[in-house]
Amino acid sequence: MSTPQPPTPQAAPDWHPAPASPYPTYTSPIPVVRTTLVHALASEWTKIKSVRSTMWTLGVFVLLVIGIGLLTGAVVANSSSDLAGESALSLGFFGLLLGSICVITLGVMTTASEYGTGMIRTTMTACPSRGRVLTAKAIVFFLVAFVVTLVSATLVALAHVAMLEGNGAADPTGTEWLKGTVGVSLYIALLGLLSLAVGSVIRHSAGAITIMIGVLLAPLVIALFMFSESLKDVQQALFEYSIPNQMSIFYANSLSESGPSGWDPLWILLGVTAAAFAGAFALLEKRDV
Amino acid sequence: MIELEGLTKRYGEKVAVNNLSFTVRPGIITGFLGPNGAGKSTTMRMVLGLDRPTAGDVRINGKHYDQLTDPLTYIGALLEAKAWHGGRSAYNHLLCLAQSNGIPATRVREVLDTVGLSAVARKKTKGFSLGMGQRLGIAGALLGDPRILMFDEPVNGLDPEGIHWIRNLMKTLAGQGRTVFVSSHLMSEMALTADHLVVIGQGRLLADTSMADFIAENSRSFVRIRTPHRERLLDALHGAGIEVVDSGAEVLEVDGDKSEAVGELAARNQVVLHELSPQRASLEEAFMQLTAESVEYHAHDGQPAGPVPPQQQQQPQQPWGSDWKRG
Repeated sequence: MSTPQPPTPQAAPDWHPAPASPYPTYTSPIPVVRTTLVHALASEWTKIKSVRSTMWTLGVFVLLVIGIGLLTGAVVANSSSDLAGESALSLGFFGLLLGSICVITLGVMTTASEYGTGMIRTTMTACPSRGRVLTAKAIVFFLVAFVVTLVSATLVALAHVAMLEGNGAADPTGTEWLKGTVGVSLYIALLGLLSLAVGSVIRHSAGAITIMIGVLLAPLVIALFMFSESLKDVQQALFEYSIPNQMSIFYANSLSESGPSGWDPLWILLGVTAAAFAGAFALLEKRDV
Repeated sequence: MIELEGLTKRYGEKVAVNNLSFTVRPGIITGFLGPNGAGKSTTMRMVLGLDRPTAGDVRINGKHYDQLTDPLTYIGALLEAKAWHGGRSAYNHLLCLAQSNGIPATRVREVLDTVGLSAVARKKTKGFSLGMGQRLGIAGALLGDPRILMFDEPVNGLDPEGIHWIRNLMKTLAGQGRTVFVSSHLMSEMALTADHLVVIGQGRLLADTSMADFIAENSRSFVRIRTPHRERLLDALHGAGIEVVDSGAEVLEVDGDKSEAVGELAARNQVVLHELSPQRASLEEAFMQLTAESVEYHAHDGQPAGPVPPQQQQQPQQPWGSDWKRG
């Protein structure tokens, strides 16, 4: 690829319109590139790292996860409580539960904020393949969210294991390590991805964030107020399938003994996210920008 | 080249763009003129594939917009002021656009330089004035050095220096053989820049003509006369077979370029003249007449604010009437 000449109209007085065709035509010295998803990924990576809101939400996320993690670890370590063979990893749950709100926010903002600012029209003009734009956003966001969550969760887990040795905590097994770090990070990143799809459908940051926080917390809150005996089953289901409970399954301390277990929460969320993306892609193609 | 064929856009019951067909040719500036709400922006969004046409077709160099793999090198567009994230710097905004089309990053610096924003390249665009915003939008349009440029109301919010810059930029771009398609609701602005004119109202095509033809057809030339000896002059003019359009109290008007004839006639008859001036009816008036029907229809539609009344469009920034004749 040769170095392109300064092709600005004013900076290049030595340029002349190409000689006669039916109409005068202009030929640019900029090399013509057949763009691919890779170009869209580079563009979305620049976008996500060049706004302060990304740094803020991720910063608060790391602060919450590590801060709350260390705090709970310290409290438990300094108390006389005996974990009686429980895994030390389970204390990481509280920080991640609160932190997930940040990931939801970032996920929604990745798509919805472009509609708020009008940037979406510039984006779609630059890349008319709408599906490619959404795919690139999803990949970039998922990787960022996963890596940041994984690093924070792993740090907290290591700290907990070290802090709680004297409190009768069992040494986590390999599976417990995998679920308590990679598993829960995948879950959080997927939750963010679902938010990204919802943001693309709703096209309004505040609205989409509200919906996602509702999805996160409402089932649990509603279940708390279901006193009626006839609603017992519903209450049980709401508890079991609420996102906080599903998250806790990665630490093997579910609120209930029935319901999803093992890696189930990941598959459930994967299914929901896939459905949301199918809807988001379809609407994106159909609607005007 | 941009080709529109029976392009139509309906929003529910409302027809925003109605069966538009015209061609925007390279090498000249094509003005796209219409009152507010005429459907100019909707048409431009359909060209860019942002809005899906209800019916009809629009092609860029023979292709649909979404068939362009690196659209920024085909067509650059300034759609609306500030279509970007205010928290991002001007440089990063242009960089992410460049990356999405595989345009070398060095090009970002070049366009920032072209539009005169180099000094604020690293500043957040949130703090940009309207004029700076327009410049950044134009930088985005120029990024891919495209053959076609489309500007939606580019002079909005610009100071006189900025307006002058835009006009010259568009002329330079068209002179290089590019297609330049620019919308405006100001006839005066178009008269200064455009070579070809497409006028729409209520989403319908009202005129598709060269600027020169439009001027020739639509601007009546006449001679304006003021005299204290009104009756004597009227007699003399009548005697010479020159028809007079009496336009009220003090002023007489004579159709055509007859100022010499009238002046000589007055001298021969010893009539004192206070004023004898050749005039041309303003293009703004011609434009308003052309679009009057569509605007009127709008106003009767029961919409509270309605479109901008024609009077408001009658205030160009400059006494432009003399300017266009020179061009």
